[in-house]
Amino acid sequence: MAFAAFGHGGGGGSAPSAAPTKKSKVALFLLLPGLTYLGLFFMTPLVSLIITSLQVPDGSGMMGSYTYGFAIENYAKVVVDFWPQISHSFVYAFIATLAALLISYPLAYFIGVKARRFPLIQGLMLTLVIAPFFISFLLRTFAWKQIFSNESAAVHFLQDVGILGMNDYLVGTPFMVIFGLTYNFIPFMTLPLYSILERLDIRLLEAGADLYATPATTFRKVTLPLTAPGIISGTLLTFIPIAGDYVNASGDFLGGTKTAMIGNVVESRFLVLNDYPTASALSVLLMGVILLLVGFYAKRSGTADLL
Amino acid sequence: MNKPLPEDPMMRDLIKMARRHQMTRRTALAGASATAAALALAACAPGGAGKKTLTPATDISSTDPNLIWSNWSLYIDVDDKGGRPTLERFKAEQGITVEYREDYDDNDTYFAKVKDQLALGQDIGADLVCPTQWMAARWITLGYTQTFDDTVLVNKKNVQPAYLGAAYDPKREQSLPYQGILAGIAYNKKAYKEATGKVAPATIEDLWNPALKGRVGVLSEMRDTVGLILMSQGIDITSDSSLTSAAFDNAIGFLQKQVDSGQVAKIKGNSYKEDLVNGDTIAAIAWSGDIVQLNAEAGSDVYGFVIPESGATIAADTFVVPMGSPHKTNAEKLMNFYYDPANAAELANYVNYITPVAGAREIALEKYPEAANNELIFPTDKTLKNTQAFRSLTGQEELDFATAFQAVKLGG
Repeated sequence: MAFAAFGHGGGGGSAPSAAPTKKSKVALFLLLPGLTYLGLFFMTPLVSLIITSLQVPDGSGMMGSYTYGFAIENYAKVVVDFWPQISHSFVYAFIATLAALLISYPLAYFIGVKARRFPLIQGLMLTLVIAPFFISFLLRTFAWKQIFSNESAAVHFLQDVGILGMNDYLVGTPFMVIFGLTYNFIPFMTLPLYSILERLDIRLLEAGADLYATPATTFRKVTLPLTAPGIISGTLLTFIPIAGDYVNASGDFLGGTKTAMIGNVVESRFLVLNDYPTASALSVLLMGVILLLVGFYAKRSGTADLL
Repeated sequence: MNKPLPEDPMMRDLIKMARRHQMTRRTALAGASATAAALALAACAPGGAGKKTLTPATDISSTDPNLIWSNWSLYIDVDDKGGRPTLERFKAEQGITVEYREDYDDNDTYFAKVKDQLALGQDIGADLVCPTQWMAARWITLGYTQTFDDTVLVNKKNVQPAYLGAAYDPKREQSLPYQGILAGIAYNKKAYKEATGKVAPATIEDLWNPALKGRVGVLSEMRDTVGLILMSQGIDITSDSSLTSAAFDNAIGFLQKQVDSGQVAKIKGNSYKEDLVNGDTIAAIAWSGDIVQLNAEAGSDVYGFVIPESGATIAADTFVVPMGSPHKTNAEKLMNFYYDPANAAELANYVNYITPVAGAREIALEKYPEAANNELIFPTDKTLKNTQAFRSLTGQEELDFATAFQAVKLGG
């Protein structure tokens, strides 16, 4: 379980050190490959990223010319300059995660609890949840762009019934971006929820009914707390990648000129303007904010609802 | 360039145009050369320590008959079976197998992808690349490209003189034009008429017609999009004194307003074509040759292309051979092949861009009269007079202009 790794493992990589015995040297030795890997492929790039984020222009005025410095103000600058895009990232991620939860929970409940006596249906439905993801993420996102293109039947219908104005369209709107984000990350929500709901002890629900609780109360007092770990790991698995996503919001896919998220700014700064300090500062900022939010969330939900 | 001007009025005009551009480029590049030391640092960014002069990779062309060519999409002839006739003939004639890649989607992103290898003189996985001239200028200034051997490139004499005098490569020793490109307005004929009641757009202002709200696209190529807007505002984009920072900011502010109001919905690179095809955009700033190809794919004249009254922007995509390519001679043979007027005419007839090869029009008149008389492929004097090339920018200007343009693209 992803949650178990996150909540109790203390960041992973140090699990065996819980019991300090004579064997700790062996444990350390066994950890070596993992630690080397993390050091080489996580810590080194991270340090390099942080150093880059503090660079200053070298004064030549040429694109991509930066020199080492300690420009902490780069961080203040990116927050001021890219506040709209930063807020898009977190607002879209919040809404899309919530939407994915509301869609996934009943679905996972049906597959994991209601369909428990019919393994065939269960297997079939799980396959249906995952099957679209055998096709490239980009292709599927592009397909939605075509389905909701300005001249599509779907958009004409919405215009005819008055939901959209005659000069309003879907592609390029925040709605479309959030739609794409929700769609693309639903399996990351459904699967953790399913795996916990699948183990839900139905006898506890029966006990709730025996004690005169309404189905709603049983759900609130029994099912929900028992499945909280699944909800937490599901929301983390969707929120984190969504906040950093840049495909859905890109003008080449479902986004437009008013929907850019942090990832799109990083792409433009890094690839087009060769402005590495700004791109790096934004990346570090995104990482820091996500870490804080997630730490806070895991700590709160971890102590209140679990155990 | 001291030879007497040729008789042909079209050629005369091309030469005059080239001289005019050459002067404006020179003045701008004078400033850039002062920062040559800084450029060297840029080559090693982030955090390099001084410039290393690169040496060309060892040429193994004589033993390895292969060539990898990175090019823009819709930029070569394709037959009904999906083959590429001119490339196949090149293989038959020279025995060189070309791996043709359509992976050059955008000047900036391609450069960002390969710049670190380029700076180290390593093989970037392509022997021949076709960046637009301003990007080619950057490669050459940074010392990333190999010098051609004119004994292999015997057909270089066929290159139109207009293309020969670039300030960044005066003798065209490291870069040669592949195709010339006009940027103007493309539109969906039927949808445009339905929306506006007019047959065709005539000016850039027609793009700001409220009836087209949300259905207008512009290119993510700053020099074309902002260039056309500047020209519509009466700015001469070839001139330092006319195209000032203030004029540029004014044009950017104007574009920002069109984006804010929702008039302009797309700012895109090569993928703008998909928006025209699926109907998302009705009218867009576009590259001339694409439209003829899109019509061919659609099977009828669905789209039109016009040069706005205030004029079109003109640029050229140029062949360069990166320092790390081990197939320079093969690349030269391929360029030589396309500077043969017959091959150039065949290519121009298909890709519908402006061929830089002299003599191609005469052959086209016989074999492909329709293309030869299409002034988007073989432009007349009148058309050429109505085109402008974006002046060269200093490093600082390039950074400032690009940053301002990206800010519009990302919105807020």
